[in-house]
Amino acid sequence: MLNEPVARLRELGGLLRANALLLLLSLSLFSAGAYAANSLPVTSEMPWWGWALALFVTCFFLGIVAVPSGVGGGVLFVPIVGGFFPFHLDFVRGAGLLVAMASALAAGPLLLRGGLASLRLALPLAVLASASAIAGALLGLVLPATTVQIALGLTILGIVVLMATAKKSEFPDVLKQDRLALALSIHGVFHDAAQSKNISWKVHRTPLGLFIFILIGFIGGLFGVGAGWANLPVLNLLMGAPIKVAAGTSGLILTLASSSATWIYLSKGAVLAIIAVPSVIGMMLGAMIGARLLHVLKASMVRKMVITLLLFAGIRALLKGLGVWM
Amino acid sequence: MDVNTPDNDPIISAEQQRYATWLNWGMRSGLAILAVSFLAYVLGWLPAHFPLEQLPKVWGLSTAEYLKQTGAPTGWAWLNLIGYGDFAGLIGIAWLSACSLLCLLAVMPIYVRRKDRVFVAICVCALLVQLFAASGILSSVH
Repeated sequence: MLNEPVARLRELGGLLRANALLLLLSLSLFSAGAYAANSLPVTSEMPWWGWALALFVTCFFLGIVAVPSGVGGGVLFVPIVGGFFPFHLDFVRGAGLLVAMASALAAGPLLLRGGLASLRLALPLAVLASASAIAGALLGLVLPATTVQIALGLTILGIVVLMATAKKSEFPDVLKQDRLALALSIHGVFHDAAQSKNISWKVHRTPLGLFIFILIGFIGGLFGVGAGWANLPVLNLLMGAPIKVAAGTSGLILTLASSSATWIYLSKGAVLAIIAVPSVIGMMLGAMIGARLLHVLKASMVRKMVITLLLFAGIRALLKGLGVWM
Repeated sequence: MDVNTPDNDPIISAEQQRYATWLNWGMRSGLAILAVSFLAYVLGWLPAHFPLEQLPKVWGLSTAEYLKQTGAPTGWAWLNLIGYGDFAGLIGIAWLSACSLLCLLAVMPIYVRRKDRVFVAICVCALLVQLFAASGILSSVH
């Protein structure tokens, strides 16, 4: 008889803890931002280990919200760390690519084995995205930092609009495959545990999808933001892959596209272990917690918070690039 | 979209299974290398090429300025300095970046056996792109 009230109390406790966590995250990110912003441009009183620790904690919290909000870690990492930490944007972008790649690598094996990531769908798109990511990375490293900051700010604000307005289609209707998709045999079957059904899928508009992935790869390499935010709507809304297959395959494409750009940053000397390693480890630990909190956190609320964070970070990047808010 | 028809059981292809297995081992070993080498760096088990205490003075500089001030190398020359903690940390990063390259090499024989020429060609292209990026040829491009 007491089971129901106890269960409700537990649920309420879980929600309270989750909300407290989100509040803590917001406060910590904004206070870290305010502190870091005041200590810019380069020198600060804080020792190296203080910054490494702050980076680890920030990435841990970013990892927690990255999973339930459905965005990759890279797109949160670059504008927030680039805007509020004293590191040059070159090093932040190098670490951002690594963060995006490591998160996607960690999830990849499980998604492939579960049929939620398709190698046949990913490979043709990833070849083009990884080639253009090289061009993006090269351009990003020769452009002045202020130009990249302004472009990054505008891109992040564009992503905010995309996230706030883009719709999702769980199972898009693909009446007829295009010739290229047929020739490449891009189709599959996955088991949807939520419905306890096997669902077959196919794609269309493959040539247009290939073209857009060239642009996505370029932007990912240029800003070091990964590209989960763009992969997902293109695979789902344009090409017609079911949302779960689109999300899984997006990660697989990210592993290839980000790795080619990471090589460029690495060979140009733009990867610093002291920035990259705490970020990757913090983000991955946070993502593990985020995956566990999926059932407790309200996804729509987390998404709104992430959009707010990105809006703030985008404005910050833009104003920093314009020299208005150093 | 077909739902629950008798002939649409979710069969994960052999190449997808193999890719997942290689990716799993590559990712786990890469993260282990990353964590151990970083600990060796920050705990002082390995000497630092550029002193950790001095890093806050240079990490706000552009890559070109940073390289000039610290004497850090470009391309693959960092391999000559892996005895230093700052460069030992890059081994894990390079390993994680090479994961996908190894996975592609692992699945290619399956496509070849199946005579799936289009996907053999796609794998070759993906490999060439990754090798081109990793080669360090582009490190001298300004």
